[in-house]
Amino acid sequence: MSNALFTAEGLSGLVFLVMVATTVIGALIATNSKRLIRSVAGLSLCFIGVAALFYFLNSPFIAMMEMLIYVGAVCVAIIFAVMLAEPRGDEKPGKQSGIGSFFGFIAAGLVFMGVALIGNKTNWVAAEIKINDGSVTEIGKALLTSYSMVFELISVVLLVAIIGALVLARTGRSKNNA
Amino acid sequence: MLEISNDLNTYLLIGAFLFASGFYGLLQRRSLIGMLISSELVLSGASLNFMAFNRFLAPDPTVGQIFTLFIMGIAAAEAAIALSIVIAVYRNFKSIDAEDLTDLKG
Repeated sequence: MSNALFTAEGLSGLVFLVMVATTVIGALIATNSKRLIRSVAGLSLCFIGVAALFYFLNSPFIAMMEMLIYVGAVCVAIIFAVMLAEPRGDEKPGKQSGIGSFFGFIAAGLVFMGVALIGNKTNWVAAEIKINDGSVTEIGKALLTSYSMVFELISVVLLVAIIGALVLARTGRSKNNA
Repeated sequence: MLEISNDLNTYLLIGAFLFASGFYGLLQRRSLIGMLISSELVLSGASLNFMAFNRFLAPDPTVGQIFTLFIMGIAAAEAAIALSIVIAVYRNFKSIDAEDLTDLKG
């Protein structure tokens, strides 16, 4: 065992276990910490772990996009919102938070058990042949041929979302000033 | 050790855990930003499932990656809209606690 650890496979398995632990611990911090800024930090830890899992799933391009978009953009935007809108920095203790979070825990546990059982009991059938290798070149070709319409549509969605975000934030300010 | 990282069930289990912890956070969190963080966890559990099926089962390994890219685009748009709503709500109510946002209660 200690002999097998220092091969390439053993080290990659060790890195995999560390990254799974990073994902799980990050998700637990993100949902359970009382201060919002800590739960944003847990969220970015979890996204770093998920990016490493994408790397283990043979797609380094998606791993890079995960780091860029989620860790680099979404988490930073959430931190800006926390700085703008949370003067206390922590949540008030709720009236019904004890019983509410108990039932939430039960419900989430049932969801986890259900999804995990379905995933593990099903006899998944792999495809006979792979028609390409899933490299970045193939992703680019597919994006500009089969999925070009969706590609254009999502850029329109992003444009509308940015304009809508500006309008929403602006409206709140002008109402307050008037 | 290599078998764990090369098995579909491992990734499905992690994806289920991310989804369930996001679900728990959505039920238990009281502030709007906490709910947004939990919904990001739900989305990332879904995209981890797509990537796992794409790696092990799909005949065309580009489809799942493109789907995950689209999920990321939608999640970025959703985060931008939700954060600007949070800012607007904070300007009007001076709080982002979901239970304080009542106009008719007096």
